[in-house]
Amino acid sequence: MPWDRNQMAERAAEELEDGMYVNLGIGIPTLVANYVGDKEITLQSENGMLGMGAFPYEGEEDPDLINAGKQTITELSRTSYFDSATSFGMIRGGKIAAAILGAMEVAENGDLANWMIPGKLVKGMGGAMDLVAGVGKVIVVMDHTSKHGDSKLLKECTLPLTGTGVVDRIITNLGVLDVVEGGLKIIECADGVTEDDIRAATEATIV
Amino acid sequence: MKKVYPDAAAALDGVLFDGMTIAAGGFGLCGIPELLLAAIKKAGTKDLTFASNNAGVDDFGIGILLQTRQVRKMMSSYVGENAEFMRQYLAGELEIEFNPQGTLAERMRAGGAGIPGFYTKTGVGTQVAEGKEHKDFDGETYILERGIVADLAIVKAWKADDTGNLIFRKTARNFNPPAAMCGKICVAEVEEIVPRGSLDPDHIHLPGIYVHRLIQGEHEKRIEQVTTRKREDA
Repeated sequence: MPWDRNQMAERAAEELEDGMYVNLGIGIPTLVANYVGDKEITLQSENGMLGMGAFPYEGEEDPDLINAGKQTITELSRTSYFDSATSFGMIRGGKIAAAILGAMEVAENGDLANWMIPGKLVKGMGGAMDLVAGVGKVIVVMDHTSKHGDSKLLKECTLPLTGTGVVDRIITNLGVLDVVEGGLKIIECADGVTEDDIRAATEATIV
Repeated sequence: MKKVYPDAAAALDGVLFDGMTIAAGGFGLCGIPELLLAAIKKAGTKDLTFASNNAGVDDFGIGILLQTRQVRKMMSSYVGENAEFMRQYLAGELEIEFNPQGTLAERMRAGGAGIPGFYTKTGVGTQVAEGKEHKDFDGETYILERGIVADLAIVKAWKADDTGNLIFRKTARNFNPPAAMCGKICVAEVEEIVPRGSLDPDHIHLPGIYVHRLIQGEHEKRIEQVTTRKREDA
């Protein structure tokens, strides 16, 4: 059985080590926070916060306290706030250990496309280009194939890029792959998924 | 010199002109200068260029100036929540320059700090890098981004003293300090103006040197996405 959204998030949480400062993207990456267990992971919200807490209880929402997805959140005892230039200074300066992000396409050289589809409404890249260029490690969590069964792990991205050669590790519903010299390397298969299954579902070169 | 003005219209008197560039603080609808935006709408200033991370929603934030066709160009990182914005953009009536979020913030900070340009890795190899100078440092490629100096900065803070020292609250700080820094003139709106001496000098987030005019007012502080969790049973 391939992994579902929660299992992918649970697997991604294994990448995080105690004491890390991490930025989680929108979608499945947000779920990773549910699986960090006893590890002290400090979540950065790039609009200007380290130490992001859970959603507030109903009636306790604060309009001055939102995450980068513009959702109301809460603070923790270790929370700090800062302005956007400082926030991206810590991203650009390599202080954030890892970012876990979604993707539309990843290429075998680590190119990432996750911000626009030509011909469709373009909303903007937000902080994605800064994150992939600046953080220590870029971990992508994504479905291995499209709804039509086409591989999203490609020899070359077809969509406009968010960054070139930036992805380190890919966690899909089929398993875990690393970007290495010459292509992608299978690190782990989801339960009941074989390396041959992954090869068959992947356009990118598997080394 | 007195910085405190009675209201937004008075604080903007004499500083608005058609075709000007305005840097605005805020992230989504959080920490936006809502009173000053409403006053700009009323003033009817046209052909505005806004450096602002977002463009508000249809009936709040910069969105209210899109409705009245007062905006010619947006310099933003994300504009997804505004139907009128998309309509004008697709119809070719509105220009947009997408900036990576950190690049936009640093462009404001740099412009305000007298730095006309800086090199960053952000955007290398993407559409953002097209037409920009590339330079290698220590084996890595960077692109040149320009500092932004705006004709006017409009920002929102929590508290101020009458000399313009500002304190922000939680994530409502966001783009407000860098936006304030890059304005030739900066007008700030706050929830409360307190007498000088009542703010701890060690706790000032933005020194009053960046703030030229100041108003106090009631803020709606609309929430874009209310997200809550259920209380566990006791």
